Amino acid sequence: MSKLDHSSPSDLFQSGKKETRLFAYLCAAATWSSAAILVILLSAVAFKSWGWFDWQFLTSYDSRRPEKAGVFAGLIGTFWMISFTILFSVPIGVGAAIYLEEYAKDNWLSRLIRVNLSNLAGVPSIVYGILGVTLFVRMFGVFGEGGHLDSFIGWKVEELNFWGISISLPLGEVVLAGAMTMTLLVLPVIIIASQEALRGVPPSIRHASLALGASKWQTIRHQVLPAAIPGIMTGVILSISRAIGETAPLICLGIAAYVPFAPGGIDSPSALIEHPEGMLQAPFDYFTVIPIQIYNWALDHREAYKGLAAAGIAVLLLMLLFLNGIAITIRNYSNRHIRW
Amino acid sequence: MPELPSITPELQIECEQPQPVVATHATKIESRHLDFFYGDNQALFDVSLAVPERSVTALIGPSGCGKSTFLRTLNRMNDIIEGTRHAGEVLLEGRDVYGKKVDVVALRKRVGMVFQKSTPFPKSIYENVAYGPRIHGVKDRKKLDEIVEKSLHRAALWKEVSHRLKDSAMALSGGQQQRLCIARALATDPEVLLMDEPASALDPASTARIEELIFELKEKYTIVIVTHNMQQASRVSDYTAFFYEGKLIERGGTEELFRTPEKQQTQDYITGRFG
Ligand SMILES: Nc1ncnc2c1ncn2[C@@H]1O[C@H](COP(=O)(O)OP(=O)(O)O)[C@@H](O)[C@H]1O
Ligand SMILES: [Mg+2]
Repeated sequence: MSKLDHSSPSDLFQSGKKETRLFAYLCAAATWSSAAILVILLSAVAFKSWGWFDWQFLTSYDSRRPEKAGVFAGLIGTFWMISFTILFSVPIGVGAAIYLEEYAKDNWLSRLIRVNLSNLAGVPSIVYGILGVTLFVRMFGVFGEGGHLDSFIGWKVEELNFWGISISLPLGEVVLAGAMTMTLLVLPVIIIASQEALRGVPPSIRHASLALGASKWQTIRHQVLPAAIPGIMTGVILSISRAIGETAPLICLGIAAYVPFAPGGIDSPSALIEHPEGMLQAPFDYFTVIPIQIYNWALDHREAYKGLAAAGIAVLLLMLLFLNGIAITIRNYSNRHIRW
Repeated sequence: MPELPSITPELQIECEQPQPVVATHATKIESRHLDFFYGDNQALFDVSLAVPERSVTALIGPSGCGKSTFLRTLNRMNDIIEGTRHAGEVLLEGRDVYGKKVDVVALRKRVGMVFQKSTPFPKSIYENVAYGPRIHGVKDRKKLDEIVEKSLHRAALWKEVSHRLKDSAMALSGGQQQRLCIARALATDPEVLLMDEPASALDPASTARIEELIFELKEKYTIVIVTHNMQQASRVSDYTAFFYEGKLIERGGTEELFRTPEKQQTQDYITGRFG
């Protein structure tokens, strides 16, 4: 690291001109005030959640009685939604990045896509929520009673059944609808991060591989992609941790706050053994997520709910801290092990 | 391409100054009336050069004269640069490498390449060497071990790394990395080895090792080496070709070319009157 990091701020302040000093003070003030705000925020959360954040809170469904309420449904729901989000967004995102970086010719279409990816990454999340409602929750109003199929050809399909798995049509506010909406939300970020990671692999590595007689795909598969994986993982984790905290698009989808069951009835390891088919039902079940529960508690003016909201925030923050920790570990690891 | 008067100028040089090695070495790879273009920019002009097998041919000439470009036409590494095209032929044992039916993968397996900057993959030493055979379908672990060991031996690196094959290749010194790259190229069992200034980024000791190595390798391989270092060319090569502004000016046995160059430009270059 550079010398700057180690020199004490006072070194900076002594340096000559007045403006320089003023600027240094402003920068220091900006740094310290943001750190202070973070500390205040964290202590407020810790203080308010005191007595609420316990094992019972983690393992209970929401309840009308605050002392019995918990974040369990949100934890499980967040887990399901994020798992599917990763499942959808990583292959699509990395695939798109590989196509754009390695295969796409530089023409108007690929330029249009590239420019719009950055635009999409900046679109407010609520817009994705609205898109998700139309696309996934309501499915353009094609299905169900009074849907297009019903009014035109009298076909009133409301549910599909496969081997005991029931899929309602349109999907409704289910795990899959949430996951697909989140996929749309994180895809641009994942694609851009993956593109940057791929671009960071020096051309000499590709040339060396091609010169050994490797095909383009072998070169990408065995050399470029592995070398880019730390960068891709970092991008994925950061965008996923953003998705975990997203509330607006899910409110837009109409995700319920009070959900007194786990998707597919999988609420414990033993449930997995007793009715494993619940794993298949889960994506099509209703669910809630931690931020929605927090939002709901925070709306309540009673003092006890403030404690619940704070405890929920504490859970969320711990999860984000954990994920960012992984991202930093990966970055440090690759900095140490991959040098060109 | 119609029948062409083949490499007469070169043959003449050889005939005028007969050299024992010339007679015993058949042509391994050669270019005939080769032009090469980067877009509208022509980098090679009518280059006809024959490379005899199991010998070292050095390409010399001032920077930007097309040495690397020529070298890269021999295993078609220029293909990956967009907007390039060529005219003329490159023949590997008489068959045009730019021919329609030629499989570039198979060509590059036969014509290996070592770059100026050593480019180990960010993997273990073992995986670096095993990569080539692996992509060409060798799966058997024992066979791979064998190839890795043999290649590292040939590249004079085995003694230094045999106890740490699993270590990252990035931890090797510059000279070791370059020898690893040579081992990696040898692992696909090529017939021709192309080297583009393989020692230019190395210290004198490592350079000497690489030169020794080149000398040993020509027992088995046909080597074409680009170098900007005239001493190096005279030390390691049997033949030398002098390029200038995209044209092959002169080619001959290394000793003769350095002692009694035919062309004034060659004379000027090797005596350091321009560069
Ligand atoms: N990738 C490339 N794109 C366009 N022009 C190139 C490229 N590589 C080389 N050239 C041009 O071709 C000519 C020969 O270059 P090169 O073969 O690298 O010379 P040398 O190896 O003898 O220094 C130079 O004029 C150079 O600018
Ligand atoms: Mg060059």
